[in-house]
Amino acid sequence: MIKTNLKKSTFPSTIPTNKMKLPVQTRITKNIVLLGLLSFAVIILYPLFWMFISSFKSYQEIYSNVWALPTEWKFENYSLAWSKGISSYFFNSVYVTASTIVLTVIIGSMAAFVLSRYKNRWIDAALLFTIGGLMMNPQVALIPLFEILTITNLLDTHWALILTYVAYRLPLTIILIRAFFLTVPKELSESALMDGCTEFGIYWRIYLPISLPIVITSVILTAYFAWNEFLFATVFINSSELKTIPSGLMVFRDALRTDWGVLLSGMVIATVPMIVLLIFLQKYLVRGLAEGSVKG
Amino acid sequence: MKLKKGNITPILFMLPTILFLGLFIYIPLIQNFYNSFFEFSVFSQSKEFVGLSKIKELFVDEVAIIALNNNVKYAIISVLLQVFFALVLAAILEDKFFRRFAPALRVIYFMPVMISISVIALLFGFVYNPQIGLLNSFLELLGIEQLAKPWLGNSTTAIYSVIAMSQWQSIGLITMLFIVSIQKIPKELYEAAEIDGAGKIRRFFSVTVPQVKEATFVNLLVTVTGSILVFNEPYILTNGGPGNSSMTLAVHMYQTGFIKDDMGYASTLASLIFLLSAVFALIQIKVSKTGKED
Repeated sequence: MIKTNLKKSTFPSTIPTNKMKLPVQTRITKNIVLLGLLSFAVIILYPLFWMFISSFKSYQEIYSNVWALPTEWKFENYSLAWSKGISSYFFNSVYVTASTIVLTVIIGSMAAFVLSRYKNRWIDAALLFTIGGLMMNPQVALIPLFEILTITNLLDTHWALILTYVAYRLPLTIILIRAFFLTVPKELSESALMDGCTEFGIYWRIYLPISLPIVITSVILTAYFAWNEFLFATVFINSSELKTIPSGLMVFRDALRTDWGVLLSGMVIATVPMIVLLIFLQKYLVRGLAEGSVKG
Repeated sequence: MKLKKGNITPILFMLPTILFLGLFIYIPLIQNFYNSFFEFSVFSQSKEFVGLSKIKELFVDEVAIIALNNNVKYAIISVLLQVFFALVLAAILEDKFFRRFAPALRVIYFMPVMISISVIALLFGFVYNPQIGLLNSFLELLGIEQLAKPWLGNSTTAIYSVIAMSQWQSIGLITMLFIVSIQKIPKELYEAAEIDGAGKIRRFFSVTVPQVKEATFVNLLVTVTGSILVFNEPYILTNGGPGNSSMTLAVHMYQTGFIKDDMGYASTLASLIFLLSAVFALIQIKVSKTGKED
């Protein structure tokens, strides 16, 4: 503070002159920057807008005039996309995503409970074991997992995706929830113990309800992962009728060839649930991204 | 709390996690290293021990060198754009003057992050299409159609087109992370700097940059790790082609294993990918631990 006062008094004249000169100059730079921000927004939005608009066009129209709005809005592209396979991919995705979320959150919060509540050598080892899981990546595990799933006869079933997704979401989920559990006041569980509550009761009736915000965050991050995962979905599922949206779209593309309007409708259908989720729950999502500092 | 003898709740609660991580993360990791010493196929159970020959193969594999080179390009461009550009973008969005526009811009920039990579890649198939592509027709519109190219079919531009798409998708994510950490900076620091007569640019370098140092480092590591692992983008857009010009290590690994059916060598490539990414993941775990933790 002393330093700032000194500066102010030593150069009293510089501040007013700066104020006189700056506005015009800064207004120009600010508008240039704003223009840059807006052009970047256009670069991001235009392809998405194009995808949406073109999903109502026929192949001929996309081909002959890329930029124009559809002359005739072909809503039937959507019903065609839906009936030609997207509906089954969609429900497969819903099933796999929902199962992954339920298992990840239950198993993860149970582990987080133990890892935040107790302390000894084994708990430290278990924590290390969990954090170490963050280092592994789906790309690296692809071939061994393929072998394991072949041996256990799980290949080409939804369980191949659900089980592996749960495993890869657990470390981050546990670390996020544990960090929150550590902030739960000890007095709460101590008085519950006095009243005869079991350990399970403390987890189920105290820790879990208190931690709803971080649980929602974990749900969103898991949903986002399971809905969009591509590599496992491509390699572990062969039958077209079991495929989820990301890998299903590839089958869809190969089958349609020139039915671009229908393909684009399928892409829009695949996108909408996540955009809706973003709009409703962005607060929790941003928080999760910030706290988990992002993994996959 | 001390763990009491006879209390089996913790064991029961931890058991599923240990099983999941053990079966699907740790055993595959060991299995992968083990597989690197064998010759085997997707379709047969039998494995033939070949010692170090698969590892030797790595040193004379020209495709692996192209792939590694592309992964490095990926990392350099992603660090420049996603870490440095995103930090500047975040600082601008947090500036008083742009407060009015910031919420809308933030959501727009973040939108592609939420969209499945297969949708994005199919969409960019249209953007880069030589006949009807948005990019080429945009260049035509500007009157510089001589710059138009079959972006994905040209071996010099293919990898850069793939990288450009990744940047388009991910800049919003890193920008958001920087915004969150800029919002945590105490306002007094900016006020003091302003009284000291520091301009916007000066304040960015002497307040914002040092204050978000840790976030920058973590984002840097996440970006580099992501660049080593990149699979979806090149696989869907170009499948590594034309030739092997847009190959990355993960695509090479996938093709070696599941297309050429050389599982042993694919495992060797996977081990290489693991070792490269593990270095950065380890540093990241170390760094983020010093930040908080009980």
